[in-house]
Amino acid sequence: MPAVSKGDGMRGLAVFISDIRNCKSKEAEIKRINKELANIRSKFKGDKALDGYSKKKYVCKLLFIFLLGHDIDFGHMEAVNLLSSNKYTEKQIGYLFISVLVNSNSELIRLINNAIKNDLASRNPTFMCLALHCIANVGSREMGEAFAADIPRILVAGDSMDSVKQSAALCLLRLYKASPDLVPMGEWTARVVHLLNDQHMGVVTAAVSLITCLCKKNPDDFKTCISLAVSRLSRIVSSASTDLQDYTYYFVPAPWLSVKLLRLLQCYPPPEDAAVKGRLVECLETVLNKAQEPPKSKKVQHSNAKNAILFETISLIIHYDSEPNLLVRACNQLGQFLQHRETNLRYLALESMCTLASSEFSHEAVKTHIDTVINALKTERDVSVRQRAADLLYAMCDRSNAKQIVSEMLRYLETADYAIREEIVLKVAILAEKYAVDYSWYVDTILNLIRIAGDYVSEEVWYRVLQIVTNRDDVQGYAAKTVFEALQAPACHENMVKVGGYILGEFGNLIAGDPRSSPPVQFSLLHSKFHLCSVATRALLLSTYIKFINLFPETKATIQGVLRAGSQLRNADVELQQRAVEYLTLSSVASTDVLATVLEEMPPFPERESSILAKLKRKKGPGAASALDDGRRDASSNDINGGVEPTPSTVSTPSPSADLLGLRAAPPPAAPQAPAGAGNLLVDVSSDGPVAQPGLGPTPEEAFLSELEPPAPESPMALLADPAPAADPGPEDFGSPIPEADELLNKFVCKNNGVLFENQLLQIGVKSEFRQNLGRMYLFYGNKTSVQFQSFTPTVVHPGDLQTHILLAWPSPLAPGLPSWDEMDPGRDPSSALLPESLSAS
Amino acid sequence: MQFMLLFSRQGKLRLQKWYVPLSDKEKKKITRELVQTVLARKPKMCSFLEWRDLKIVYKRYASLYFCCAIEDQDNELITLEIIHRYVELLDKYFGSVCELDIIFNFEKAYFILDEFLLGGEVQETSKKNVLKAIEQADLLQENMKDKGYHFIMQGINDAHLQEKVE
Repeated sequence: MPAVSKGDGMRGLAVFISDIRNCKSKEAEIKRINKELANIRSKFKGDKALDGYSKKKYVCKLLFIFLLGHDIDFGHMEAVNLLSSNKYTEKQIGYLFISVLVNSNSELIRLINNAIKNDLASRNPTFMCLALHCIANVGSREMGEAFAADIPRILVAGDSMDSVKQSAALCLLRLYKASPDLVPMGEWTARVVHLLNDQHMGVVTAAVSLITCLCKKNPDDFKTCISLAVSRLSRIVSSASTDLQDYTYYFVPAPWLSVKLLRLLQCYPPPEDAAVKGRLVECLETVLNKAQEPPKSKKVQHSNAKNAILFETISLIIHYDSEPNLLVRACNQLGQFLQHRETNLRYLALESMCTLASSEFSHEAVKTHIDTVINALKTERDVSVRQRAADLLYAMCDRSNAKQIVSEMLRYLETADYAIREEIVLKVAILAEKYAVDYSWYVDTILNLIRIAGDYVSEEVWYRVLQIVTNRDDVQGYAAKTVFEALQAPACHENMVKVGGYILGEFGNLIAGDPRSSPPVQFSLLHSKFHLCSVATRALLLSTYIKFINLFPETKATIQGVLRAGSQLRNADVELQQRAVEYLTLSSVASTDVLATVLEEMPPFPERESSILAKLKRKKGPGAASALDDGRRDASSNDINGGVEPTPSTVSTPSPSADLLGLRAAPPPAAPQAPAGAGNLLVDVSSDGPVAQPGLGPTPEEAFLSELEPPAPESPMALLADPAPAADPGPEDFGSPIPEADELLNKFVCKNNGVLFENQLLQIGVKSEFRQNLGRMYLFYGNKTSVQFQSFTPTVVHPGDLQTHILLAWPSPLAPGLPSWDEMDPGRDPSSALLPESLSAS
Repeated sequence: MQFMLLFSRQGKLRLQKWYVPLSDKEKKKITRELVQTVLARKPKMCSFLEWRDLKIVYKRYASLYFCCAIEDQDNELITLEIIHRYVELLDKYFGSVCELDIIFNFEKAYFILDEFLLGGEVQETSKKNVLKAIEQADLLQENMKDKGYHFIMQGINDAHLQEKVE
């Protein structure tokens, strides 16, 4: 039944609340609320001034409505009016209203600040506390600006009441957190530290919180607090349960204060003064001892309070990381908690042990509990506890138990919550790599990961396994064999196909001897998965196919047949189409030597920071960084970059396996200057555009290239008579290219611009640009002599089926001087421009 | 502490105290999500859970869930006892407190909380002292009307001084 409020019975409010509760539906509730809002509005606007009690009642009603979840847009003025009342409860309601419904109207803020100022100066402790509470609850910058200077004064003033000091301390804390710049350190800091010695435990409690926050930014100002905190703490810890009277909580002396003091001590390194340190260590040991004693009360509150102090003590011990004896004891204590009846304690023990595992003193001790933790992983019903167990296994892993832990985590992964799977996958991948002695185990682990939780195996993970396999000769054969077997499973995950495709492409030759994994078998195995895969995977498989052509010439015909299929060459996806065409052409055009060079085995990857670790840190957020940081271990062992940045391919679509395409361009000796990969240019230069012309085989291309030779200028000087050593063709003879043509032309395979031909008299340069189906090629002629070439006529011969535009724009006399290629502007300078345009885009 | 929420088994919010500045929209969103998460927990599960980048400590007393959000480095067990202490305070004040008391006297619940926690930190852990402060306020109200007010104020000031000397 509704209780009439003690102290003041705002009957109207009680009735209103009852009405709301009795509403049968949401609509009825809203109706009733609106009715009341209208009533209040009219009362506030009314002629006769409301008395304090009514104002208080209405403001309280508005507050109630707001807390129900409805918006309130009036009442602030009335609430502020209440602040200036002399009646405590009216003031109280006024302050409550404005702290809950914060308003940014500057006029109101001014009035509020005025009221607070009055109350602070009133010397009435109850009013002062109200004002301080309000400042602490709102904590806005405006309030900080108005009062940040006054609060420290109130805090350390000798005549402030204890309750006022408490409130002032925490109010200052709030302001400091919100706007640290408004609270400068001053001489009050020393007095605040002194508050730690105050008789009143409440004051000490509040002061400790304040100091803990302040000393983080200004450690030197508060250094003196350490010894005071230690002596206070040891007094509390060694006190009998009756000493502290009302500050004893279920037979535990001042638990909150103890915990706060322990937190404060964690802001500093271990005390340098031997006496202080000794006292502290004694104190910590006492806490650990008490944990072993039988409990004084059966109530859970008693054990919670006692254990709260214990856990904070352990945190401090871990933070100091310098007392091996204490660390081992802490570890043992936690070990006991691991099997406690209460779930809360098991959870906290697992959490604490994680931090303990990273300390070198206690690492071994932590490892002794591995069986308990594994058991927890399997049997705990609460998923958050299981997750903590998994975290702990990760933290305690080292070379001696890596295999066991990884297999347990894999087993856990099979039934784990979907939300945490990715994290576990990353962790297993990191552990497997770090502690792998035998890399075939590593390969097995990653493949298992893909098998169990393929969807959650991110790119970083499988890139990594490929890099490691590439870098380690000893495991390549094993990897090929295992991956081959894995692919034979009826339903294998797409990531497995990716990994398998790549590995067989690189190292399939190592298992080709065995008839069960002969090249045709490998190919048909991969190809059977082909249409089930996404575009990215199919692109990767196409790359593998061309590698097969190189490795296993006997498969050439079959694979070319696949590449030639309409579904590839005319595929809607640009990447697939491009690859199919290019690979098909490459396999047909290139000699076996060229093919072997282009498709040479991948060189070892350079060593760079592990991107898996970076990804895990990003997932966990900054807080968990310390647990993941294996700074104590050899972090540089085999850390290879996760995502090698290749020379980006500007023309192809940015698919994940574009990397591979870019990478493939890297090994060949002629490092491409242009950003596009080798393959693209081949096509561009060869035909009148990119992939548009399927039928364009090698022949027209060759002819084009060969004919892109310097035409003999018709000049009186027998130019071609000089430097060209071989017999020069006559001016009319365009047929046969000069002997160096091949060499000169070859470089244009990889670049768009450059000098095509040069002798003592003439320099011919080429500058070409290609965009989608359009290409443009400029030929620049430079006169190296000091005389003009009269009637200089270049001729360009091209295959008949190309339609070209030739701009016959060049000055007949070619003036001396070499053009500078970079600044050459085709529009201005004499040049002949060829503008091949594709006739049809397929 | 970042915030404390009290809500019923049906998810109705009975008290909300925010110790960090957030917009109303954010508060509503957080409340909705958290209430859902906590209500979905089974009875035997532990009282702590990780939510976003905070730790949530919750406990159920009869039909009310008390839920606190603390930061990573805060002590979970002591927060459980903060909750318990608050319930004890309410219990002492209202005499066998139940959810209805908090509904009909919500402003008192806030006042009591303010005496106990301020700015998210524990202010006063002596049950006696907290309740004394609250009761003084009630006394003030009852005696406000007559001129006895001034004497009461004096009396209260004296009482403070007395306590200090002890």
